[in-house]
Amino acid sequence: MKSHSQWLLVTLVVAWVGPAAAALNVFATVPEWGALTGELGGDKVKVYTATNPLQDPHHVEAKPSLIGRARGADLVVATGAELEIGWLPLVTQQAGNPKVQAGKPGYFEAASFVPILDKPSRLDRSEGDVHAAGDPHIQTDPRNIARVAGPLSARLAELDPENAAYYQTRYKAFAERWNAAIARWEKEGAPLRGVPILVQHKGFTYLIAWLGMKEVAALEPKPGVEPTTAHLSEVLATVQRQPVKMVLRAAYQSDRASQWIAERAKINAVVLPFTVGGDDAAKDLFGLFDDTIERLRKGLQ
Amino acid sequence: MSKFIWMHGALALAMSFPAWAATDADLAEIREQIRQLKESYEARIQALEQKLKDAETAKSAPAAAAPASPVAAALPATSSASGIAAFNPAISAVLQGRYANLSQDPSKFAIGGFAPGGDIGPGRRGFSLSESELAISANVDHLFAGNLIVALTPENTVSVEEAYGIYTAAPYGLVPKFGRFFSGLGYMNEQHQHAWDFIDAPLAYQAFLGGQYANDGLQVKWVAPTDQFLELGAEVGNGDNFPGSMRNKNGAGSGVIYAHTGGDIGASHSWRAGVSYLQTRAEDREYSQLDLTGNNAQVAFNGTSHVAIADFVWKYAPNGNPLYTNFKLQGEYFWRRESGDFTYDVDGALHLTNTSAYTSRQSGWYLQGVYQFMPYWRVGARYDRLDPGHVDYGTNAAYLDAPAFHPERSTLMVDYTPSEFSRIRLQYGQSKTQAGMTDNQLFLQYILTLGAHGAHKF
Repeated sequence: MKSHSQWLLVTLVVAWVGPAAAALNVFATVPEWGALTGELGGDKVKVYTATNPLQDPHHVEAKPSLIGRARGADLVVATGAELEIGWLPLVTQQAGNPKVQAGKPGYFEAASFVPILDKPSRLDRSEGDVHAAGDPHIQTDPRNIARVAGPLSARLAELDPENAAYYQTRYKAFAERWNAAIARWEKEGAPLRGVPILVQHKGFTYLIAWLGMKEVAALEPKPGVEPTTAHLSEVLATVQRQPVKMVLRAAYQSDRASQWIAERAKINAVVLPFTVGGDDAAKDLFGLFDDTIERLRKGLQ
Repeated sequence: MSKFIWMHGALALAMSFPAWAATDADLAEIREQIRQLKESYEARIQALEQKLKDAETAKSAPAAAAPASPVAAALPATSSASGIAAFNPAISAVLQGRYANLSQDPSKFAIGGFAPGGDIGPGRRGFSLSESELAISANVDHLFAGNLIVALTPENTVSVEEAYGIYTAAPYGLVPKFGRFFSGLGYMNEQHQHAWDFIDAPLAYQAFLGGQYANDGLQVKWVAPTDQFLELGAEVGNGDNFPGSMRNKNGAGSGVIYAHTGGDIGASHSWRAGVSYLQTRAEDREYSQLDLTGNNAQVAFNGTSHVAIADFVWKYAPNGNPLYTNFKLQGEYFWRRESGDFTYDVDGALHLTNTSAYTSRQSGWYLQGVYQFMPYWRVGARYDRLDPGHVDYGTNAAYLDAPAFHPERSTLMVDYTPSEFSRIRLQYGQSKTQAGMTDNQLFLQYILTLGAHGAHKF
C-alpha cells in the first residue's frame, strides 16, 4: 500500500514536471509569431497560438483558455505596439506566471525590433481606433520577419541555453532561406511598384511600403470604424477621379464593403491571408508571402 | 593666445630697440614691422566688432531664430517616451447618466421576504447622473501592480470602490491581491457596473449581497499549471459589508473561497463556470419590517450568514470574431443560510421587544442572454426570480409572518455601442419585488469612457 502511494506520487511529479522540461512552452499571440517560433525553435519548442488566423486581432477577449495557457508558458511572443493591449496585460496578470510579465526575459515584443510606421501625430479617439504606438501590423513586410527572427532566436537561446547551438543553426538556415525568398518576392512583386490601390482597413501599411504600392484611400471612414455608405460613396468618387487597380482586405474581414466598391468601380477585390493560415495556401511564413504576392499579381489583371 | 604672442613680440621689439645702432635700413624695417602689426590688429579688431554686431542682432530677434529648428518641430508628439510623463499611470474616467421612468415610488422599494442591505433598488426617477468612475492603474515596480477606482456619486460624495495592490512576482501560479476589492465570488461580482449588460444588478445580487460584494482584506488566487484553466481563490476580509456588518474585532470578519474553470469549444465557443462560498457575520443588522398587525417594526439580526453561488457564462462569437455578431448567455444561482438571534421591535417603539432564535434558507437565480445581431447593436433579455424559502422566526413568529411571496423581474434591453468607449442603452423591466405591486421601469442610459481604461475581464 505504501509503495503504491509512493509510485503514485512519483508518477504525479513526473507528469507535472516532465512536459515542462521537454520543450520550451511558447505562447504566441498571433499566428505569424507562432509560425516564426516554430521555424526557429523546431522540436525544442511547443508553440500555442492564442488567436486563429481568421480572428480580428483587434477584438480578442481575455478568455479563460488564454489564462490557462499563459500559466504554463516560458515565453510569450507578442507583436507589441499596443496590438494586444485589450487582452494580453489582463491575461498575464491573471495567469500567476511571473516569468512572462512585461520586462522579463519571458516576454518578447516583436515590434520593438522593427521601424514602426504611421505613428499618429495627433492622438485623439475622434480619429477612430488609432494605434498610439504606430501601425502594429508589421508582419505584412517579410523584411520585418527577418528583423524579428534574430532577436527571437537569441531569446530562445537565452531561455534555453542548453540548446543555444541548435537555435543558432536553425536561425542561420532560416535567415538564408528567408533572404533568398525575399529577393524572389521582390522580383515577382516588381510589377506592383507604383500601383494605386484601396484598402478596407489600414492594415497593410508595411506591405504597401515594401512593394511600393500607392494607398489611395481606406474603406473604413476611421480606423476600426465599419464602412458607411456615405464614406464608401466618397471613396467611389475619389476612385473615379483617380483610378485604382484593386481593393485589399484581410481574410478575417467581412467582404461586403470591398465587394460594394469593387462592383461599382470595376476593380478587383483582393483577399490577402494577412497571417499564416489566413487561407489554404498560406500554410507557413513562406506560403504566406508566396500567396500574398500571387494574389496581388492576379489583382493587377 | 595669438594676441598674447603679438603683444609679447611687440614688447620684445621695443625693449631690444635702444640696444641697436640704428641704421636707415634698420629703421625702415622697423617701421614696416610696426605697420604690419598695426594692420593686423586693425583687422582683428574689425572682426571682433563684426562678431559683436552679429550677436546683438541675433539677440534682438529671437522669434526669427525659432523656426530654425525643424528637427524638433517634425518629431511626432507621441515619441516622448522619456521624462516624468512616461511614468504616468493609466488614467480613465467613466461618465454615466440616465433617465428613469418608474411606475412605483422608488423610495418604497423592497424585496419582499428578504432583508435589505447595501445599495439596492432602481434608483431615483427622472434625469440623474449615475456614478462617475475614476480609475488609475499602473505597475508599481517589478513586484507590484496597483489599481485605484473611485466613484463620484451624484450626491457629490466620493467613495473608494476598489484600491488594491497585486503582487505580480509570486511563484507557483499564485496571485496575491490586497486592499479593497470586489470579491472574486460569482461571475458578475468582480465586474464594474459600467461593464454590466443591464443597467441594474440581478435581484439575486441585490437580495443576497446588497448589490455587489466588496471587502477590505487579502485575496490569494492559485492558477493550476494545466492547459485547462482552473483557478482557486481564497479571501479574508473585515466583513463590513452586507450580508455581514461592521464589528469591533481583531482577525478576519469574513471568508470567501471559490473555484473557476473554463475553456474553449472549437474556435467559436468559450465558457467559464464556477462555485463560490462566502461566510460572514452580522451584528445588529437592523432594518424595518412590516409585522402581522401592519406596524413597521424595527428588527435586528445577529448571527452568521453563508452564501453559496454557482455561476456560468457561455460566449459565442463566429470564429472568435465578436465584431459582427456574438451571443452571451450567463446565469447564477444563489443559496443563503442565516442563523442566529433575531430581535423584534429592537427600538421598543411597540413595547413588544422580543429576541428569539432564527434560521433562514433562501435562494434565487437569474438567467440572461445578450445577442449582438449586427455591428454596434445588441439586444438582451433577463429573468430574475427569488425563492423566500424557509424562515423560522422562533417565538417571533407571534409577530412576524414567514414570507411566501416569490419576487421576480423580467427585463429587455437594446444598446448601441458605436465604439468600445461609448454605449447608449434603452431598458424596460417589469419588476414584481413585493406582493401585489408591479413596477414598470423604463431606463435610458449612457456610458462614456475617457482615457486609458484597462481591459475588461471575460
